[in-house]
Formats: sequence, structure tokens, C-alpha cells
Amino acid sequence: MYGFDYHRPGSVADAASALGGADDGKYLAGGQTLLATMKQRLASPSDLVDLGGIADLKGITVSGGSVSIGATTTHAEVAASADVQGAIPALAAMAGDIGDRQVRNAGTIGGSLANNDPAADYPAAILALGATITTNKRQIAADDFIVGMFETALEEDEIITSVSFPAPTSAAYMKFKQPASRFALVGVFVAKTAGGVRVAVTGATSVAHRGPKLEAALNENFSASAVDGVQIPVDHMNVDIHAGAEYRANLVKVMAKRAVEACG
Amino acid sequence: MTETGIGAAVRRTEDQRFLTGNGNYTDDINVFGQTYAAFVRSPHAHAKINGINSTAAAAADGVVAILTGEELAADGVGPLICGWNIAGKNGVEAHNSPVHHALAMGKVNYVGDHVALVVAETQAQADSAAEMVEVDYEELPAVIGTGKALNHATTIHEEAPGNMCYDWEIGDASATDAAFANAAHTTTIEIVNNRVIPNAMEPRACLAQFNKGTGDWTLHVTSQNPHVHRLVMSAFNGVAPEHKLRVIAPDVGGGFGSKIFIYAEEVVCTWATRKVGRPIKWTAKRSESFLCDAHGRDHVSKAELALDADGKFLGLRVNTKANLGSYLSTFASAVPTYMYATLLAGTYTTPAIYCDVQGVFTNTAPVDAYRGAGRPEATYLLERVVETAAREMNIDPADLRRRNYIQPDAFPYQTPVVHQYDIGDYGASLDKACDMADVGGFAARRADSESRGKRRGLGYSSYIEACGIAPSAAVGALGGGVGLWESADIRFNATGSVTVMTGTHNHGQGHETAFAQVISEKLGVPIENIEIVEGDTDKGPFGMGTYGSRSIAVGGSAIVKAADKIVEKGKKIAAHCLEAAEDDIEFAGGNFTVAGTDKVMNIAEVAFTAYVPHNYPEGVEPGLHEQAFYDPLNFSFPAGVHICEVEIDPTTGETEIVNYTAVDDFGTIINPMIVEGQVHGGIGQGVGQAMLEGANYDENGQLVTGSYMDYTMPRADNLPNFNVGTTSTPSPLNPLGVKGAGEAGAIASPPAVINAITDACGGAMIDMPATQEKVWQACQAAE
Ligand SMILES: Cc1cc2nc3c(=O)[nH]c(=O)nc-3n(C[C@H](O)[C@H](O)[C@H](O)COP(=O)(O)OP(=O)(O)OC[C@H]3O[C@@H](n4cnc5c(N)ncnc54)[C@H](O)[C@@H]3O)c2cc1C
Repeated sequence: MYGFDYHRPGSVADAASALGGADDGKYLAGGQTLLATMKQRLASPSDLVDLGGIADLKGITVSGGSVSIGATTTHAEVAASADVQGAIPALAAMAGDIGDRQVRNAGTIGGSLANNDPAADYPAAILALGATITTNKRQIAADDFIVGMFETALEEDEIITSVSFPAPTSAAYMKFKQPASRFALVGVFVAKTAGGVRVAVTGATSVAHRGPKLEAALNENFSASAVDGVQIPVDHMNVDIHAGAEYRANLVKVMAKRAVEACG
Repeated sequence: MTETGIGAAVRRTEDQRFLTGNGNYTDDINVFGQTYAAFVRSPHAHAKINGINSTAAAAADGVVAILTGEELAADGVGPLICGWNIAGKNGVEAHNSPVHHALAMGKVNYVGDHVALVVAETQAQADSAAEMVEVDYEELPAVIGTGKALNHATTIHEEAPGNMCYDWEIGDASATDAAFANAAHTTTIEIVNNRVIPNAMEPRACLAQFNKGTGDWTLHVTSQNPHVHRLVMSAFNGVAPEHKLRVIAPDVGGGFGSKIFIYAEEVVCTWATRKVGRPIKWTAKRSESFLCDAHGRDHVSKAELALDADGKFLGLRVNTKANLGSYLSTFASAVPTYMYATLLAGTYTTPAIYCDVQGVFTNTAPVDAYRGAGRPEATYLLERVVETAAREMNIDPADLRRRNYIQPDAFPYQTPVVHQYDIGDYGASLDKACDMADVGGFAARRADSESRGKRRGLGYSSYIEACGIAPSAAVGALGGGVGLWESADIRFNATGSVTVMTGTHNHGQGHETAFAQVISEKLGVPIENIEIVEGDTDKGPFGMGTYGSRSIAVGGSAIVKAADKIVEKGKKIAAHCLEAAEDDIEFAGGNFTVAGTDKVMNIAEVAFTAYVPHNYPEGVEPGLHEQAFYDPLNFSFPAGVHICEVEIDPTTGETEIVNYTAVDDFGTIINPMIVEGQVHGGIGQGVGQAMLEGANYDENGQLVTGSYMDYTMPRADNLPNFNVGTTSTPSPLNPLGVKGAGEAGAIASPPAVINAITDACGGAMIDMPATQEKVWQACQAAE
């Protein structure tokens, strides 16, 4: 790890100005991605602006049929929240299956979304549930937030402050784990919402994305057998030592079926 | 059996300190004036070095020194060695042994190869300066792939034409050919034994110090064999005279073989500490462990089994290409030869066996012994070909094995490939395992799985291994450069407590408990009064260390021999004090008694008398302190049967081990709880190799599986509850009747797992690791 200056502001505004004043600064949330890359000397920010001291960024509230989760809320807190379990059990279960206990106790929803790892779970959740990302500057719909591999709509100094999830009629997330990292080799999030069925896929390609063909089939007939008829294109699938394209495409289908069955 | 003697499930006394964070590992040790080392490592698999410019790095903050191979050579430090010569076919007397410089001399041969040493005031400064060392590399094509290395367009070492280290053979080729000519059935398989990375919990580390006043070096190092480290570093590397070098292997967090070897890092740091005049600490980062710890396995083989119409094995013919990596590690040459092909008879009466092995160089990390070392490779190949033959001939696989077992009355049994087995009852283990695994109920369980859309399979592994290495003369005759005896030193203190020093080393095996149990049993001393001391060349007698499941069979035997000497001397002292003839003194449970009387003297009193010899037999030396060296008469041969049952989801290839049974014959068991733990850990490692682990180099020689994000270690949820049992035929060849239990699980389990998976997937070959994707593909093909 290289040297850096450390800041721990008490407000979002102070955080933004601390970053603005830094040469090449980074926000620090749970550090589960950022600190590892720094330790490996793959990242060398001049300044770390720790968001952990900002009370406003933490906590979970439910109102008007939607759940709002502060950006620095940890995966463990989301998993254990009675509010989340009650309104969107699939989301609580998903958070409870991220990484291991240590990762869940440190990693945050804001950090996960800002990072937008192609195999991360939260990106699939916000797409399938039609969440809204609130920042210190604006509100961004999930479909606009996810841009590409490790790429989001966030500007350099923009801070995610909270994420709001409208509660679906029912939802389920099925994750097939990469055996070593236990990130999603393929994860499929299916949600029945007021506006129809939404399906999001993570791990399979360079970035989490909606599955329009699966959505169409499921809107017509919400059953596992409906998934059978959908052709999952193999050409954009990731290929690595853990899975080839055919296998990943197969897993998309199998995970989608399992998720549909779990939705009931 | 006493509460703390042989056979008692005594809790491991060492665990208290390990589990409460009070262990004392090499990296925990810090000394005044200590500096930190970072190695500049090759980013290329194969390259010429046209120059090294360390001017800028040397000027960086905190840098104490930057040293290269030129300086190492100028100081006369010798290259790293391989201690076992393998003579080849056609009278070739020596294998090709390329020079292995501890720091590169003009060329690097694998990613992670050692180019220069940076010594600095802090670790961060050393790491930063290492990045600043400019190395002018001229890349060369990389030789990658065990099956592709021979006569590759690129030659790695001039000394090894065609990238061949040796072309070696064992067995009777013409008798084997004749067996095939008479066969009713021949089964042929092509089989890969995947390369694995050891992944001890504690990474390798060393702390080298030189005392200018006395001219002594002290090296703390993560070693399974500190005396061997000292011997090699003085005799071959010449970094310090043997009597001036103290090697201490303190608590060591796992080795699995990878800490046997004498690596570049400790040689270079021990040399450099004197040069820079400061202690030097080096601790591997996990990524360095992946790149530079000696890897294990990595064979590509063809095996053919000849059978008669009744399924009797007539002959076995094997060709193996063994990947030795870029250089020969300390014992690398022996692993795919004498540790491997000598086990190809397995538990069977196969009369004719022939195996030839080509050891090849590639631009990858050196490959050497890893838990089981050669024996897992032999067992995997043999048990896969046997299971395949059973399927091809429609014979029940258990039955086929039973028909070919060496029978209990046939011992000692001379195999066609060197070993003479001392004792065993393989059928007893098979029967017990079938019973425990409820093989009879398998058909119903399979039907149930199928009704749920799943596939189910059952696989056997009937293994034997050669442990307790090894009779020195036999080792020497086969090319080994060392003797493999063991030593023990038992020192009674005047107050009756006992300090026992042995040349073996505890890095997870529980020696502090098991050895104390042996002493407690033999000398009647409570175990809390016994201290087992290992791992310091200045304390204990010379010993050969711990590997090859040798510690109890060889080291334990040395302890028994020394204990016998204690009793012998104690009898003289007791006879004098009790005014009886020495022949009338009996010893049991810690008491010397005059036969037929109630006159008694406890061993603690005898010890006190020995150190305060006011009333003492004439001609007997004071003190109660005995030493013994024990050279085994033969290897020991643990054997057993493991049965694995899997259930597979054919839609994804998800494979669950639903039942795993292990029945092992370890002879006498000192501590059943420790042995069970060793079996569990071994199976875990074997399941890892079979289903999850695999070192993967891309065609340029970059290690793709260089971190836990991509290298899959087995975890608790990959494993079932193990169903563990034993049978016992105590070894007649050592005083305890023990055989060794440290490696059996890792040796037995891979074929059991793969035989189960292939059974579930319709029988087609699946190479390890049987990943979910491969299993899914096999299920697709079977449907
Ligand atoms: C062993 C391990 C296993 C894991 N397994 C999984 C898994 O199974 N599934 C999964 O989804 N993830 C997994 N993760 C990742 C984990 O979920 C992390 O929480 C996540 O990647 C980053 O969150 P963080 O809070 O640690 O962010 P940090 O590492 O602190 O930051 C990550 C990035 O986000 C930026 N950032 C952080 N917070 C904000 C904010 N509020 N606004 C704007 N930018 C911000 C930072 O500047 C940085 O660039 C795993 C991680 C590890 C180490």
C-alpha cells in the first residue's frame, strides 16, 4: 500500500469538499474492494475520504411501500433488518449471502453499487426491483445508473446517499456462485412488480443487465416452463477459467427458473 | 490403556496456545535493528536479463541494500540443490540438473523467479524500492503444458536438451508386454493429475541474523526439517559453517510438504544479513506463496491394465510425463519416480508392472512433494483404471478389487516394483467400509435421487502408501542423498519431569501430545510433566524432520529406543537403592519394583538419585539422559478403503458429497482423535484436488489462479460429515506397531470422489478438478 491522506468528514457536504480539494481522492466506505486494490498496489489514491462518520448515510426506513437504505448501511444490517425482511425478503436474503461474515459486516450498499462489479449482487437487485439511487446531487433510476463494467452514472465527486426500493408483489434472487470468490458466476433476480415482471442478470456478461426476453416470456406466463422457451444468447457471455459461454447461458436459464419457482 | 497413554484420545496440549493467539510463528519474532526484505520477481515466464539498474531504487527512502545474483555468486554462495539423483534408462547415470541460482544470473525461468533482493528499514519501503528496480528483460517463448514440454521448440536449460530431466523406468517391460499378449481384456485410460498449490495457512517466512561478536548465524525459518535446512545451507550453499548456523523452526502453521524445501529466500537472506550487518526479515505475501511455493502433482499419464477373463490383473503398463517446473526443487526428482511408481502394485497381486516416467521442465514454479507426494498420483491412476476395468467388464468394482487383493497370509509380500509390504488385511477394510457406507442400500438411494431429477454415483478407492520414510540404505541405493533415520533425546530432570527432544517437527500434527503419550506410556510419567522440544538445531539432536508420515513410525521408534535405555539404566540405580539384583527389578507404570516384593522406587526418585548420586551404584554414570538414533527396517504401509457417494444436479453440475466413508489401517494408533483429525484434513485436501483446486497457467506462463479469488480452496460447506473407521494390522517392523496417518486422506480420496462422479455421469472420463461445468457437460453428454 502506498501512503495517502485520510479524512473523516461529518457531513456529505464536507465529504464532497474534501474530495474536491484532493489531488486524486477516493471515497472510502467498507473498504472491501478499495482497500484490497490499494494493498495490492493496484490503486494509489492521494486521499481517502471516509464516509463512515456521516450519520445521515446510515440506516433503513420504510414508507409508502418502499424501503430506503442509507449508502453506508452494511450488508449485514440489510440482511438482519426486520423492515427489509418484511417488505422485500429477497433483498434481505441476497444481502445475507454476499461474501462472508467479515465482508458483510464491513461492505456497504453504496460501495457495492458505486463499484458496480460485473459479478456483484446489488446491481441485479436495483435493476430487477426498479430502485432509485439518491445522490448528493440528484436521483437516478436504476436502469440509468448501471452503465458498463465497473462504470456507473456517478460523476467523480458524486456521493450515493441512499437507495430506495419499491416493494414488489414477490421477488427472488438465485445466485450460482463462482467456486473460489463466491461472487455470482451467474445471478438472476426476478421481481413481480406493479409494472410487470422485471428480470436482472449479473455475472453472466460484462455488466449486470435486464433480461427483456425473459421478462416478455414471464409477463405472458409466470412459470418456470415459460423460461424453457427463451433463447439465452451466448455471444456476450463471459468466458473465464470458471465457466464458458454455454455453461453460463445454461445457468441463466436454470437460475431464472429457480427464481420464478421461489417467487411462487 | 492409561488415560494419557497409547490409544487415549488426549486433547492436543498445543492447541491452547494456537487457538488463543499465543502461537509464536516466524513472523511474530522481531529483533533489534531488524530490516525487511522484498524480492524483485520476474513478471515473465521466460526471459533473458540484459541488465539490472537499481540506481534509483537504491536512493529511495529507507533502502539499506539491493543485492543481485552477481554479488551472491561473487561471495561463493552455491546454487540451490536437488538431493536425489535419478538414474535413467539405458544406463544413464544421472538426471539432467540445471543450475538453480538463488538469484537469477542473466535469465529467469518462471513468473515469480527471484531477480534481486531489496533490504529496507520498513516493509513498505522495501516493496516500493523493489518496484523501482529496472530490469531489462528480453522475453523468450514460454514452455507450458506437461504434455507439450518434451522436445518443445524452446529449450529452457542448456543442460536439459528437449526439456528432459530424466527418462526413467521401473519394472519388467517384457514380462508386462507378455501379460498384455495373454489378456482377455485390456483397459486403457489417459489421465491427468492436476497441479495444486499447497496453501499452508502460514505463508513461508524467515528471519536471518548474524552475530559479529561470535560469528554465529541464527535463522528462524518456516521449516519442516530445520536440521536439513542447516545441513544443505552449509554443505551446499555454503552460506555458513554448520556449527555456526543455528536454524530454528518455531511454531509453523502447516506445511503439507511445501516447507521441506530449501528455498532461495532463506539462503539469500542468511547470506545478506552478514553483508548488510543487520537482521533481515522476509515474510511471503500470499500472492508470493501462490507463485513460488513448490507446487504439487502435475502428471499426464497413460495407463493400461491387462486382465484375464475372470478379472484377475495380469499386468499394468504406465507412461507418465511429470512436470518438474522450471528448476529441480530439493526432492523434486524422487516424487514422480520412487515415491510414485513403486506404489503401482497397490493392494493387488498384479504380477507384471512396467512404468516409465519422463520428468520435464516447463516455465512454471518448481514442483515437489505435496501431502502424499507421488503416492496420491499412483493411487489415483491405479484406482481409476481398476474402476474403469470393472465397469467395462461388468464386474462389481468392490468384487473386482477383492479378487485381486494380496491375501493376509501372503505377507511379507514382494511387489514387482521395489516394495516389500510387511502386513495388511485389505479385504477387512473393504468389508467394513462397504458396511459403513451401506453399499447394499445404494440402488434404492440412486432410485430416489433419480425420482427427484438427480444423478447419484458411488466410487471406491483401495489405497496403500509407503510411509515411515525410510531405511537409509534403501534410500541411498535408489539415489537419495540423505539418510532417513530419526533421533530422540530423553532428559530426565532432577525433579522427575522429562524433556524430550526429537529431530521431527510439529507443524499441525500434534506431536507435543502424541509423543508425550508415548513417553507417558513407556515411562509412567504424567504427560503434564513431559515437554516435547523440536525445531531448534541448538537444542535437539540432529534429525531429518517431518514429511512422508514418518514422525511416529521413525521418530516415535527412536523415542521408544531412548526410553528403553532410560529403563535399563534406571534398573541399575533402583537395584542398588533397593538392595536387589538388577535382574530382579521389574519396571511398569513408572515404578521399579523388586519382583515378588513390595519394594518399589518411582522413576522420579530414580531420576533424583541419578542427579544427586550420594548413594549410587559403582561404575554407573550420574544423570538420567539417554539418546537414540533409529533407522527403520522398512517403510510402513498404511492401507484402507474409502467410499464416496455423490448426488449431482444434472441441470447445473452441482455435486454434493452425500456420504464419505474412510476405513484406514494405521496399525497401532497413539491418539485416535488426532488421527481422525488427520484423516479429515487429508480427505478435505483430496476433495479439494478432485473437485475444486487446480493451478492454471496461461500459454504465456502467467499464473491465472494466483489468488483466492480464482484458486478454489475446499471449505467446510464443500465437505460432508465423514464416516471414519479403522482396522488394524500393527506393523511388525517397528516397536510401536505404527504406520503413519498424515497423508492417507489426501492419497485415498481423489479417486474415490472421481469414481463416484463418473459413476453418476455415465462412466465417461472426467479430469480433476471435476468442476461443476465439467460435470454438467458430462451429464449433458450422458443424456
Ligand atoms: C472476500 C469478498 C467477497 C465478496 N463477495 C461478494 C459477493 O458475493 N457479492 C457481492 O456483490 N459483493 C461481494 N464482495 C464485495 C463487497 O460486497 C463490497 O462491499 C463491495 O464491493 C464494496 O463495498 P464497500 O462498502 O466495501 O466499498 P469500498 O471498497 O469502500 O469502495 C468501493 C468503491 O466505491 C466508492 N464508494 C463507496 N461508497 C460510495 C458512496 N456512498 N458514493 C460513491 N462512491 C462510493 C469508493 O470510492 C470505491 O471506489 C466481496 C468482497 C470481498 C472482499
